Amino acid sequence: MNGTMLITFIQQSIRLSSTLLLGSTGEMITEKSGNLNLGTPGIMAAGAISGIVGAYFYTSSSAAFSPLLSILITLGCCILGSLLTTLIYCFLTITLKTNQNVTGLALTTFGVGLSNFVGSIINQRMGGTGVAAFPEIGKAYRTTLPFADKLGIFGDIFLSYGFMTYLAIVIAVIVAFVIAKTRVGLNLRSVGENPATADAAGINVDRYKYVATCVGGIISGIGGLYYVMDFAAANWQNNILDQFGWLSVALVIFAVWRPNIAILGSIIFGALYVVGPFLLGLSTKDQELLKILPYVVTIVVLVIISMRDKKENQPPESLGLSYFREER
Amino acid sequence: MLRLILVFCFEKIIEFWVEFSKQNTTERGKTVETKAAIQLKNITKTFGSVVANKDVCLTVNRGEILSILGENGSGKTTLMNMISGIYFPDSGQIFIGGNEVVIRSPKDAFDYKIGMIHQHFKLVDVFSAAENIILGLKEKGKYDIKQAAKNIKEIADKYGFEIDPNKKIHEMSVSEKQTVEIIKVLYRGADILILDEPTAVLTPQETQKLFAVLRRMRDDGKAIIIITHKLHEVLSLSDRVAVLRKGEYVGTVNTAETNESELTEMMVGKKISLNIERSEPQNPQDRLVVKSLNCVNREGVKVLDDISFTARSGEILGIAGIAGSGQRELLEAIAGLQKLDNGEILYNNPKTGETDNLRDKTPMQIRELGVRLSFVPEDRLGMGLVGNMDIVDNMMLRSYRKGKSVFLQRKGPKDLAEHIIKDLEVVTPDANTPVRRLSGGNVQKVLVGREIAASPTVLMAAYPVRGLDINSSYTIYNLLNSQKKNGVAVIFVGEDLDVLIELCDRILVIGSGSVTGIVDGRTATKEEIGLLMTKSNGGGQNG
Repeated sequence: MNGTMLITFIQQSIRLSSTLLLGSTGEMITEKSGNLNLGTPGIMAAGAISGIVGAYFYTSSSAAFSPLLSILITLGCCILGSLLTTLIYCFLTITLKTNQNVTGLALTTFGVGLSNFVGSIINQRMGGTGVAAFPEIGKAYRTTLPFADKLGIFGDIFLSYGFMTYLAIVIAVIVAFVIAKTRVGLNLRSVGENPATADAAGINVDRYKYVATCVGGIISGIGGLYYVMDFAAANWQNNILDQFGWLSVALVIFAVWRPNIAILGSIIFGALYVVGPFLLGLSTKDQELLKILPYVVTIVVLVIISMRDKKENQPPESLGLSYFREER
Repeated sequence: MLRLILVFCFEKIIEFWVEFSKQNTTERGKTVETKAAIQLKNITKTFGSVVANKDVCLTVNRGEILSILGENGSGKTTLMNMISGIYFPDSGQIFIGGNEVVIRSPKDAFDYKIGMIHQHFKLVDVFSAAENIILGLKEKGKYDIKQAAKNIKEIADKYGFEIDPNKKIHEMSVSEKQTVEIIKVLYRGADILILDEPTAVLTPQETQKLFAVLRRMRDDGKAIIIITHKLHEVLSLSDRVAVLRKGEYVGTVNTAETNESELTEMMVGKKISLNIERSEPQNPQDRLVVKSLNCVNREGVKVLDDISFTARSGEILGIAGIAGSGQRELLEAIAGLQKLDNGEILYNNPKTGETDNLRDKTPMQIRELGVRLSFVPEDRLGMGLVGNMDIVDNMMLRSYRKGKSVFLQRKGPKDLAEHIIKDLEVVTPDANTPVRRLSGGNVQKVLVGREIAASPTVLMAAYPVRGLDINSSYTIYNLLNSQKKNGVAVIFVGEDLDVLIELCDRILVIGSGSVTGIVDGRTATKEEIGLLMTKSNGGGQNG
């Protein structure tokens, strides 16, 4: 691997890490409220396809193309789409108190399937070439700071990304701060740890769960949008996002439920995922093997935290459990 | 236009009138009593057909400690849960500071400055003490955990608590957790404190410390209600004692003017004749000899403290004691389900005449020897039966290992199920109905029936009549009696002293994990047993 390749490798890793970071930051907020949302891959797919739908209608309208407007429209559609998908999960698990695992898995199947369906329609309408591509929008998302390419290696490594990479890190830092250092964060954590205690302390458990899960879903959905718009340069491909959804869920465990650790973790995961082609002479099957590594690392982390038995590094105590108030 | 003005005036008048009448009632309310912090009038609460509280009247004054005394199931905790907003009374009134109030949620209770310290702490394990204390508070200004810690220190110093606000709950001892709970309600400005069996989990030294703190709070003008069934604590701590029995309010007495025997009598009531059949033991032989059992549970509390007794064949040995005094651990120890620190359980095998120490055996081997346990826990289904399986499958849980082929043989268990349904008059559509769909009484008949069907030599039945109606209870008593006639050593753990006295030949009384006495069922009185139950030899017990 020579110098140029190394820089490309780093750039690719960080690009992919933004998807994972957004996905897992969203999932962390959700899990802190005690909801294990295994629908995250579906929500990411739904968020991404909502953005593509927005892009399709915007580019096929007669209005003159504005990069800023295209970003706002696709982002807005993505937020709406992922919110609606997450609300299905919220209504089922929080209001109807269904099993979270089953609901989440069903939502993943639903979200991925729906995004494939809609993606196929748009692809057909755009001429059926197999991909739905919006190059101008991809370019808008990938716009870097004007002076970034004049700063040599520093610029290449740190400033060569679209705005969403930085947004992902900012969101992760803010979420980490809110969870650890604010009253809202304290209340949220108590809901995930011990909802009966939170309830007795006068906290509206259902409302916290709804809001946290919806906000988490939106952030995860934006992660999906990032992948399609920036990493894939606004090319829609069926069945591409769920693997990153699962990686995000794994990253939550890897980062022991801390968004600030997830920033580093997402880069490691991203690097492991994209490293294959850069290692010259590696066969395809070995490259596929490398893609398993993040999951192996996650399992190792799980084993380590269960062995160290430190209470602070455990998942929220009532993660995955529905809360019933009247129990006698 | 004129009409509009008229309507407007009319509305104003009504508004004024409503305000006026509201003020009026408050005025009147205030004149009733100014000293009373909280007053209950004719509070009634039922759960299904079970009456938990019936027409309870109670007054607690400021600057006073009131004890609420009563046996298990006398409705103490239910009553307090209604004050703290967890349950809502079916009828009756609650007055606070003379004004009638409606408490619908724990939040309402906070607003009326009522704070309850539950028996099971409501704390988040991974939070620090300070975080737990300020949880859910809507204070104005910045979230400042350091300032909160400072305020907590102030409260602690004022009343003499020892607390480290930054210590995590999961690193704390039970007594420290309790301190956090108490400070939590004080931090919210509670004037009325309710403590549900606060000493149940404390060592004697910790109890003394707690009492000192409570007295200081009383002198500070707070109203304190403490639920307990330890008589000596009632006498040493409280100003007045209110007694509940089976959900009904018996009366309130001043502590200074009463004594242990009067309180016991109020608590257990006069003897009621139940006419349960009791035959003389036939040819009793020592079947189970328990020698100095000791057991420390996971929290480091001593749950069994040097317990020794003998269970004889053809005899019913009753075990009386306040719930959580070690009954469960004792039975589980005999059944091989509980780890013991020392002591031995000798079993005289009637078939071979050999003596075995059950401590060396697995639960399976113990069962094979004929020692059978049927334990009915509070939620009834929790131990022994699988709710979603039918009666036949539940029978099979005990016998599937005997099958000879790889496939389950349902014939035997099915016959057994049919047999139990017929003999014990289990009300069920058929033997293939999931157990969960049966009523509580029928579930218990299935549970006890299954253990009896194995023709045991020692039958341990814990709370077999829990929640049953009279007729079903008698069916169970008859079952136990017929086992006794067959020469089985029956160990019966019960809650109702009347039943224990009429059914059992001998009654072992345990308090706080140790034996406080063994009495003869034919001569013992309820007062005698009640006193033994509440006598504690120090040490802890679990909640």
